Amino acid sequence: MALKKSNIATASSDENELKDCKTIGQNLLSDDASVRRWAARDITHCDGASMMLLDQLEVETDMSVRQVILTSLTQVGDSEAVEGLVRCLRTEDAGLRNEAIEAMKHLPKEIAPIMACLLNDSDPDVRIFAVNILESLCHPDVEQWLIGVIRDDEHINVCATAVDLLGEVGSEQSTQALQELKDRFDEEPYIQFAADLAIKRITGD
Amino acid sequence: MSNTLISDQEFDKFAEFFYRKTGIKFDSSKRYFVDKRVAERIKETDSESFRQYFTSLRFQASGEELQRLTNLLTVNETYFMREDYQFRCLIDSMLPDVVSRHDPRKPIRIWCIPSSSGEEPYSIAMYLLEEWDGIDKWDVELIASDIDTTILETAKRGIYSERSVRNVPPAWKRRYFKDVPGGQQVDQDIRDAVEFTRINLSEPSDVRSIRNVDIIFCRNLLIYFDDLSRKVAAEHMFEAMSPGGYICLGHTESMGRISPLYRVKKFPAAIVYQRPLEARK
Amino acid sequence: MNILIVDDASTVRMYHRNVLEAAGYTVDEAVNGLEALEKALANKFDLYIVDINMPKMDGYEFLRQLRSEDVDQAPAVMVSTEAAELDHTKAFTAGANLYMVKPIKPLQMMTYVRLLAGEESV
Repeated sequence: MALKKSNIATASSDENELKDCKTIGQNLLSDDASVRRWAARDITHCDGASMMLLDQLEVETDMSVRQVILTSLTQVGDSEAVEGLVRCLRTEDAGLRNEAIEAMKHLPKEIAPIMACLLNDSDPDVRIFAVNILESLCHPDVEQWLIGVIRDDEHINVCATAVDLLGEVGSEQSTQALQELKDRFDEEPYIQFAADLAIKRITGD
Repeated sequence: MSNTLISDQEFDKFAEFFYRKTGIKFDSSKRYFVDKRVAERIKETDSESFRQYFTSLRFQASGEELQRLTNLLTVNETYFMREDYQFRCLIDSMLPDVVSRHDPRKPIRIWCIPSSSGEEPYSIAMYLLEEWDGIDKWDVELIASDIDTTILETAKRGIYSERSVRNVPPAWKRRYFKDVPGGQQVDQDIRDAVEFTRINLSEPSDVRSIRNVDIIFCRNLLIYFDDLSRKVAAEHMFEAMSPGGYICLGHTESMGRISPLYRVKKFPAAIVYQRPLEARK
Repeated sequence: MNILIVDDASTVRMYHRNVLEAAGYTVDEAVNGLEALEKALANKFDLYIVDINMPKMDGYEFLRQLRSEDVDQAPAVMVSTEAAELDHTKAFTAGANLYMVKPIKPLQMMTYVRLLAGEESV
């Protein structure tokens, strides 16, 4: 027994042949998690991929398959995929919620048109998640959205999440809104701390 | 003319952003190192100031500039026995665990990606021959992959500078290298034992052929990927491994920034990541 | 006494750090449950302060996995924006010892920390 040369690269791989979309769709329902994961990868070029992926996401119990489904939804990134991800923000499953938030961070163009809507949602948790999505959303309106949140949102934890991010992306145009936020929550040490830090970073004092 | 000065506040802001994006933390003791490289990029991108540069860095949708800067801020020189505490962990902890539930008729499979110029797979081969008792009982397949075919040719030739082999113990050097014009060459036997293949870790069809891997060394590669490609790469490696298999990342890299698919596993010599034996909810 | 703060918001980590360091504790930080787990396996902590909603691995999952590891265990305070009763139960089931609702007041945090540290509360 010893080091042995592998023939892995030359070994024939029958799985490598292209499968048709019907077979892939059936494989997505397979009992074998590995078959489901490959189907979730291969399905991205098929019509109606997002709907099939979202249907499976709802019933999928294996975390490894869920991860691949979310990656594929991000890669497809059409309006069905985005709507499905928004629905995930309202689930009680914290893991799935956070996975959806991460997926949405990769879809700036698709999320931007619905951002205003998410930031005005009646559920403060959804508004917090919307600010979380802004964190990594490479979009020129991020600062304006955040200023809107700390001006108008009544929920302290939504504002707190937005201030954290303004500490990183804020410019002079945020300082007044930050000052007003401090006045609005003048008895909350965390808001005072976070707003002071953001102002300090913006003005460089 | 660019103003390349960076204030303390700006540095903190930058350090936090960079930490969030890459998991690499620069404290103020590293300012000279960081400032110099950031200043270089401010000039190269014709930015007026750090502030302007940072804004474009943050909002550039392609992430290209962040990648450039990451390349500059991560020095990546490869040499024999680099980060060898992980090879120690391979011998003392990972292999004993893997063989305890491995089919004795099948070989143990170790995969290095990136292969780079071959120092890492050859170091592992020498470690296995010199330090692991199990080599008498088990067949081991070593696969080394890279996206760059030129570097794979260099790896197959196996000729290295004195500097590259400086950490190889003298006895091993006598046993496994010989002097050739241009440096020291790894012995034919060892070179023949490693299977070099071109693979793009982001490409599903490339990865499909690799399976039943027991241990993956994927060091200082994912740092050069964007967030989504990193997640895809972690999912592809999951597919290539057997349940219970292990991944070693570079010392500045953390799976915690990439994917929740793996379990963190602590061994005396290193922290590594394991594909769970059972499916997880 | 060594405390690990687990929160994805950098300002929150800094705020907690300020409060705790002023009281003489040493502090380390992690941005999500997975990084926290790596740190918890590599170093010994006397207390964890853990946010619930975080990317990659949330606070519940972190505590569940930490509690199943063969390491020296330490108490944990769960921190959340949600005040629903359901979350309390979920936190305790996952392995939390106390529960705080954001925004955090320094005095409240110190009371909890001292209590779990076995010191006299204020």
